[in-house]
Amino acid sequence: MTELRGFYTLWLREVKRYFRDRTRVVSSFVQPLLWLVIFGAGFGMRFAIPGGNYMQYLFPGIIGQTLLFTSMFMGISVIWDRDFGFLKEILVAPISRFSLFLGKMIGDSTDAVIQGVIVFALGMLLGISVDPLAFLISLPIMLLITFGLVSIGLTIASFMGSLESFGAIQTFINLPIFFLSGALFPLSGPLAENVPAWLPTVSTFDPLTYGVDALRSVLLGGTYVSLQPFWVNIAVLCGFDALMIAIGTWAFARMK
Amino acid sequence: MYFGFRMLTAEMIGFCGKSGNILKSTLRLKFLKQRGTDDYSMTNAFVIETKQLTKSFNGLMAVDKLDITVESGEIFGLLGPNGAGKTTTISMLCTILKPTSGTAKVNGFDIVKEARQVRKSIGIVFQDPSIDDRLTGRENLNMHANLYGVPPGEQKDRIDRILKLVELDDRADDLMRTYSGGMRRRLELGRGLIHYPKVLFLDEPTLGLDPQTRDHIWTYIKELKKTHDITIVLTTHYMDEADRLSDRIGIMDRGKIIALDTPPKLKETLEGDVMIIKAKNLDAMAALVSEKMGLTKTRMIDGTLEITVHQGKTVMPRIMELATENKIFIDSILLREPNLEDVFLHYTGRIIRADSGRELHGFSAIQRRKIR
Repeated sequence: MTELRGFYTLWLREVKRYFRDRTRVVSSFVQPLLWLVIFGAGFGMRFAIPGGNYMQYLFPGIIGQTLLFTSMFMGISVIWDRDFGFLKEILVAPISRFSLFLGKMIGDSTDAVIQGVIVFALGMLLGISVDPLAFLISLPIMLLITFGLVSIGLTIASFMGSLESFGAIQTFINLPIFFLSGALFPLSGPLAENVPAWLPTVSTFDPLTYGVDALRSVLLGGTYVSLQPFWVNIAVLCGFDALMIAIGTWAFARMK
Repeated sequence: MYFGFRMLTAEMIGFCGKSGNILKSTLRLKFLKQRGTDDYSMTNAFVIETKQLTKSFNGLMAVDKLDITVESGEIFGLLGPNGAGKTTTISMLCTILKPTSGTAKVNGFDIVKEARQVRKSIGIVFQDPSIDDRLTGRENLNMHANLYGVPPGEQKDRIDRILKLVELDDRADDLMRTYSGGMRRRLELGRGLIHYPKVLFLDEPTLGLDPQTRDHIWTYIKELKKTHDITIVLTTHYMDEADRLSDRIGIMDRGKIIALDTPPKLKETLEGDVMIIKAKNLDAMAALVSEKMGLTKTRMIDGTLEITVHQGKTVMPRIMELATENKIFIDSILLREPNLEDVFLHYTGRIIRADSGRELHGFSAIQRRKIR
């Protein structure tokens, strides 16, 4: 019971902090907007996606990208907490490191998913059609995507001494995950004919590939030929999350 | 929790008389059972007991075979210069650091084997700020209460009382980034009490605060001890702080306790007053008093000569005479009671620099707040 309350209070803190930081909420619009409008419009010429336009195809990828960037960025909260001393307060509390990690991680994931929902709204304003039911199914998938990614961010941050080094590492990890995930272009099917063979192979090691694929299956419906069956995507995400949570808990346990 | 029991029983006896006494003994039994220790008599007398407690970092002895006991209900001060090992000692007692060797018990629990129990028994106010300034004061307290398993039904009441105690009830719902340094410190003091700890650790409680705020915080600390029946362990490198607050002081230097007693007794060990002389030719003066008057406890500090003497008042005229005879012109003579600085000097031959305290400013302060 104590563990549960500890978890809850840490979760609540992350969510409160997110809503109080208006610049974070507002800035979350900008990047996806640029990708969808400029990149989407520019590349729409190249691709003729059967049964839809490129913007529609790109949209789940940009959701995935938003989740990726936001989740990884959340690691900064560990460095922030350490720099401002608050980390000590929670590290000496009589609560297990697992609850501690989980509270922070799920709190950050909640924030990241809220960012994702904002991008959904943005997409609809830009004329992307979203089925209400598909949106609802997307929510738990989005959570599954963020759990593992936030865990990576928190784990890396727990090893980092400064904001600068965390920022450097983050770019190093973010971009490969993003580009390899197939968020921007198809990795299989008739449209992927010119994609070199190594690319789909490497992208099977990218967790976001499965997330984006699952989101596309849900949001694009029958017109989309998925890379993996839906349940495989979900199973891989779950497995990845479990592994990252285990590693994250270990990383938090060794923090002093 | 144990503390809660005791408070409860005390109130009940007041109301219930004899039947309360029976209740008291049963509760007390429960209380003892939950301690998880086999030697009650000892742990009742000593809330903290260290045995050869040692911590070394890469071969450097930060804390060197420390043996101290802290009695229930006292304010115990650890006084020493920066780097003496005070914070390392407290960190071990708070289970943040593991000792290299030796052991300690806090509230009857082993700091290594029963870390969780120790954590539940203690409250900590860290040397550096440890609040979330994006939350309000009340939210910070609430979070603490949840982390320490305070029953939800009691939380509001306890938080309200604490806020009143530290006089922040009118600012409770403001974001903490709008608080001043002193207010933050007060909230941290209050926060350390929410879960009714047995021992409250204060690591440099007034570091970097202005004199007025320091005075204020001291008043709170004394008030806490009175109202909460709690044992307080504080570290400081401020003599006046240690002097004014502590029932007993352990003077710490280079990882060791070099003297331990009540402040008056520590000062008595000096056996005398301190005379401070300002003159042109201090070296000659020092040589003179040691040669002609047998006063060998002399030292130069900041362009003055300090001499420890018995019965300073009667010695003063003779020193002036001696100076005149030898054509040494004295600018001023001051006589004062010995303070803890003198005690430290007496034992170590060095002084604790009053200005050695780190002030917290800007980004370098943020950097230094890091714990690894």
